[in-house]
Amino acid sequence: MAAIPQIHIAKVQKIYRTADREVHALKDIDLDIYAGEFVTFLGPSGCGKSTLLNAIGGFSLPTSGALLVNGKPVTKPGPDRGMVFQEYALFPWMTVAQNIEFGMEIQGKPKDFIKTKAEELLTKLQLKDFRDRFPKELSGGMRQRVAIARVLALDPPIMLMDEPFGALDALTRRTLQDELIRIWSEFKKTICFVTHGIEESIYLSDRVVVMTYRPGTVKAIVPIDLPRPRHTTTPEFNELKNMLGTMVMEEQSRHQKAELAGTTAD
Amino acid sequence: MSTDALASAPPKIAGPTPASPSRTEANLKRFAISTVVIVVLLGIWEAASRLGYVKVQILPPPSAVFLKFIESIKPQEAYDATKTNYLQWLVSGELIHDSISSMGRVLVGFFIGAGLALPLGLAMGASDLVFKLMNPLVQILRPIPPIAYIPLSILWFGLGNPPAYFLIALGAFFPVLINTIAGVRNVDSIFIRAAQNLGAGKMTMFLRVIIPAAMPYILTGVKVGLGVAFIVVIVAEMIAVNNGLGYRITEAREFFWSDKIIVGMVTIGVLGLILDLMVSKLNNHLLRWHRGMEH
Repeated sequence: MAAIPQIHIAKVQKIYRTADREVHALKDIDLDIYAGEFVTFLGPSGCGKSTLLNAIGGFSLPTSGALLVNGKPVTKPGPDRGMVFQEYALFPWMTVAQNIEFGMEIQGKPKDFIKTKAEELLTKLQLKDFRDRFPKELSGGMRQRVAIARVLALDPPIMLMDEPFGALDALTRRTLQDELIRIWSEFKKTICFVTHGIEESIYLSDRVVVMTYRPGTVKAIVPIDLPRPRHTTTPEFNELKNMLGTMVMEEQSRHQKAELAGTTAD
Repeated sequence: MSTDALASAPPKIAGPTPASPSRTEANLKRFAISTVVIVVLLGIWEAASRLGYVKVQILPPPSAVFLKFIESIKPQEAYDATKTNYLQWLVSGELIHDSISSMGRVLVGFFIGAGLALPLGLAMGASDLVFKLMNPLVQILRPIPPIAYIPLSILWFGLGNPPAYFLIALGAFFPVLINTIAGVRNVDSIFIRAAQNLGAGKMTMFLRVIIPAAMPYILTGVKVGLGVAFIVVIVAEMIAVNNGLGYRITEAREFFWSDKIIVGMVTIGVLGLILDLMVSKLNNHLLRWHRGMEH
């Protein structure tokens, strides 16, 4: 782990203004993420975890505070921070192979390079037989593989993942989690992963950032020191699960109360 | 997929399949059902005409219409190799000649109208400024039916093809324009975000993301626009041109040739159907990636 953080977040605030109210989505976020780390942002709906991810991605900039990636302030989205969306966001008019090649074409990579790289990724993510299919012909799990391959094609140092496996069934999710860990250790990426799954956060990450319900702040940063591959049934795993579960449920009940009071503004 | 399951399955094909005769039967049945109403109506019509319930001049029997149809397709002069080549002679029948003229006008007019509407629609969809500048004018002009432009078009362009092209282009223009604007404005923002994340610049975004994403709308506009163009060509030919199907059926009325009128009408219907099928085929091919579009 390098001494200088790859992602440096200090005193970050995000305030959304709607016609009749202000929503304090992020408040005083301080967080350093180091190269090669796998960090999850965990919390209930409305805790600002996706807002924070979108801020790092450059899709929606903070209202105030410092957000640096490799020492430079984030001003816009870019291929150095590859984003995997929950809704896949594949281009439906492109085939699997074209989706993977598109980013490299934008970057002006040579044709041979694009072909070789696409081939490599199709193989790695077991998509070879689907290269000429359109996204509509694929299952959710296969689509998310394509989305991951599309991001990996640009070889970004950082991967941002916004509840990428949220819409998948439990078994497919586990398969993709294992694959993601394999990819992460092979390609040595920094991964910021948003989830509301307690088990998922422990299973995957080096550190879990637990966030509070509105305003979104960092409630706790929990290091996960379990050896990999991890098993979800060990006593250590369950201990972490209980601890994180208590923290998240506190925030969930605040979210629930706000929802019943009709003040969520979602 | 497990090959074991396939291997252990009992062999299904043994001897001739018993399914085929009943299938043919089912097809025959379906054909019979779909044609029964038409056949009965033609029968009543034929009988009413032959038995003198309606005057032949008002409504000739379908058999007479059919004979007229054959006559109209046939070349009017005997083949003479010194004057024309064989293919030219073959399509020299009046009906074929008129059909080609009408379809040619539809295509020329449509490509002018759609060719102007597409770039304007893309610009209005993509730029708020262009939209705000152009939308009031579009909204004022759009409700005027193309047919209402006939007097002005004749004043401007005289008689012949130019006013016909103008009217047809006008008819195709607004459906393509409105749908293109809607298509560009309705592009899902997730595609924009994904492309931004891959580093797409403005030009790449427009050409490779926004236009393909808007394509379902644009093609709907094309389909509607061609339909309107097809209506307008007939009207334009009734007034401004002296050939084409629209002209032919108006001319036939002056001579009380009701069989010729009906032949013209049926031909218009068949050509419209063919045009529509061709556009649908093109749509299905271009939108084979689209959800809910099966090929």
